[in-house]
Amino acid sequence: MAPLAGVEAATDAVAAVPAAPMSYWRTVGWRLGRDRTTLAAGGGLLVIVLAALLAPWLAPYDPSAGSIRLRLAWPGTPGHWLGTDEQGRDMLSRLLWGGRMTLVAGLTPVLVAFVVGSALGIAAGFVGRTTSTLIMRTMDIFYAFPSVLLAIAISGALGPGLANTLISLSIVFIPRVVRVAESATVQVKGLEYIAAARVSGAGMGAIVRHHLLANVLGPILVFASTQVSLSIILAAGLSFLGLGVTPPAAEWGLMLNTLRQSIYVNALVPALPGLAIFATSMAFNLLSDGLRDAMEVRG
Amino acid sequence: MTAPLLRARGLTKHFPLRGGLLGRTRAWVHAVDGVSFDVNAGETLGIVGESGCGKSTLARLLLRLVDPDAGTVTFEGEDVLRASPSRMKRLRRDLQLVFQDPYASLNPRLPIEDAVAFSLLVHGTPRGEARERARALLGHVGLDPRMHGRRYAHELSGGQRQRVNIARALVLDPRLLVLDEPVSALDKSVQAQVLNLLQDLKAERALTYVLISHDLNVIEYVSDRVLVMYLGEVVETGSAEALAESPRHPYTQALFASAPSMDPDRRMDRPPIAGDPPNPIDPPSGCRFRTRCPFAMPRCAEAPPPFVSVDPGHEVACYLYELTPAARG
Repeated sequence: MAPLAGVEAATDAVAAVPAAPMSYWRTVGWRLGRDRTTLAAGGGLLVIVLAALLAPWLAPYDPSAGSIRLRLAWPGTPGHWLGTDEQGRDMLSRLLWGGRMTLVAGLTPVLVAFVVGSALGIAAGFVGRTTSTLIMRTMDIFYAFPSVLLAIAISGALGPGLANTLISLSIVFIPRVVRVAESATVQVKGLEYIAAARVSGAGMGAIVRHHLLANVLGPILVFASTQVSLSIILAAGLSFLGLGVTPPAAEWGLMLNTLRQSIYVNALVPALPGLAIFATSMAFNLLSDGLRDAMEVRG
Repeated sequence: MTAPLLRARGLTKHFPLRGGLLGRTRAWVHAVDGVSFDVNAGETLGIVGESGCGKSTLARLLLRLVDPDAGTVTFEGEDVLRASPSRMKRLRRDLQLVFQDPYASLNPRLPIEDAVAFSLLVHGTPRGEARERARALLGHVGLDPRMHGRRYAHELSGGQRQRVNIARALVLDPRLLVLDEPVSALDKSVQAQVLNLLQDLKAERALTYVLISHDLNVIEYVSDRVLVMYLGEVVETGSAEALAESPRHPYTQALFASAPSMDPDRRMDRPPIAGDPPNPIDPPSGCRFRTRCPFAMPRCAEAPPPFVSVDPGHEVACYLYELTPAARG
């Protein structure tokens, strides 16, 4: 329910106090503000993002400078509150710096997929049968492979490195966004207000701009936000397999990979990057759930 | 007599039913089949029929929202279906449509005054002026622009939304309004208000209406002439009084018999037709009503009956009247 629902009356011209009507996005904001889980997830995410952004100032040590004498120190060691890794590098510093890489690798492909996928999906849904067939059948080809396999195959072909990780993950996510965008577009296209706009003489461009975009971008955005956590996990997974970010750079998946051999020596330190990945993807999941609920609006 | 404002000739639309791996057409839905009629300036033509008889498709054909497979639509002698895009844009100012569903026909993300002003913006009216005119028109259809103008569709009731729809259709100052079931989604009390509003607007703006409805009471209340459709075809046409007083086609008779009348003298004494209309994918040969007609004869299956004039301006497509042209069947 919208907070200031319209006056329901048989006689329409009821004299009532003209309350300021709430725009759609303000209603969404109002609902999000009342959803504690989503607020907590958003707050947690904000902390993670800020920590990653401020890593150069927050990190107490150089993330790639290690010490042979202080390897695999347990968390709580004075001077290294989260311990040290197998090369004696400070875990807190590496986690902060690693967050930057992981977030970039997680968010960029989804952003790219949101932009490219929305454009392709809306074109497929709106323009016509031939365009639709062309775009959707091409996307089906990508769908034939499991996403992890596809990411590994493309990354493997392109070679390791952050840029190639971003490219391969974008290719993984574009078909998914296209499908959602296409189905949202087809659904809205059939509604009478689109027909009404055509009757008024509006061209395709004006209809898309004024009537279609506002009604399909919301659902697409919600879907894309659910993919961020998966993207983070896939990015970390590629690094773990040696196909993503290359050592000695700090990245959560890569840290997990190098620390896994030390799991019998010190079980807690290798768990830290895993925890960081878990917390971040969880926060994104909760946030997108809340966003989806808040955006489901109809009087 | 002057030339009709709108003239439809032989309008036909068959929708393909696709299936299979390659999306080949497997069958055709005969939505509208050879429908012809004239609409004179200033009159209200009612089009009545059961749901699924092609009424809404006909509305979309008239406005060129759907292109017909055959037939022509002329507005003031101009071929609407062959109009160039720029001519079509001009024609759209004269031909407008009010939709059936007051919920799906308004963009949920647009304040209603912007929804009404949009048509004006499309036709190049400056933004400020468009908004002013939209607000004035909202006031005219019974919505307070100060209170409702910035509201969204979901904040309004069904009757209010339908008023917005009417304002949107009128904002371009059209000459002909096609009303596709304009009140069937509304409560009875609100229906009357909206119908009265439509009547007032018609008188005031010299409008011509094509009113599509399944509700005979609505049709009788507002129409001058009535067109009865069955399964995509016209079966009878005549003045509203003539049809109400002496319906000729067995389908029209059944339709009137099954309508809950407000008039106690016209309560039903004969059971109306039973069963559902046949599948429009494979309509019956000859007269399409013969499968449900109590008077069906062998020849009804052979060829579709031609139109027979039973009275001036009253035509019916039924063999009963060809046999005995003057008498009732």
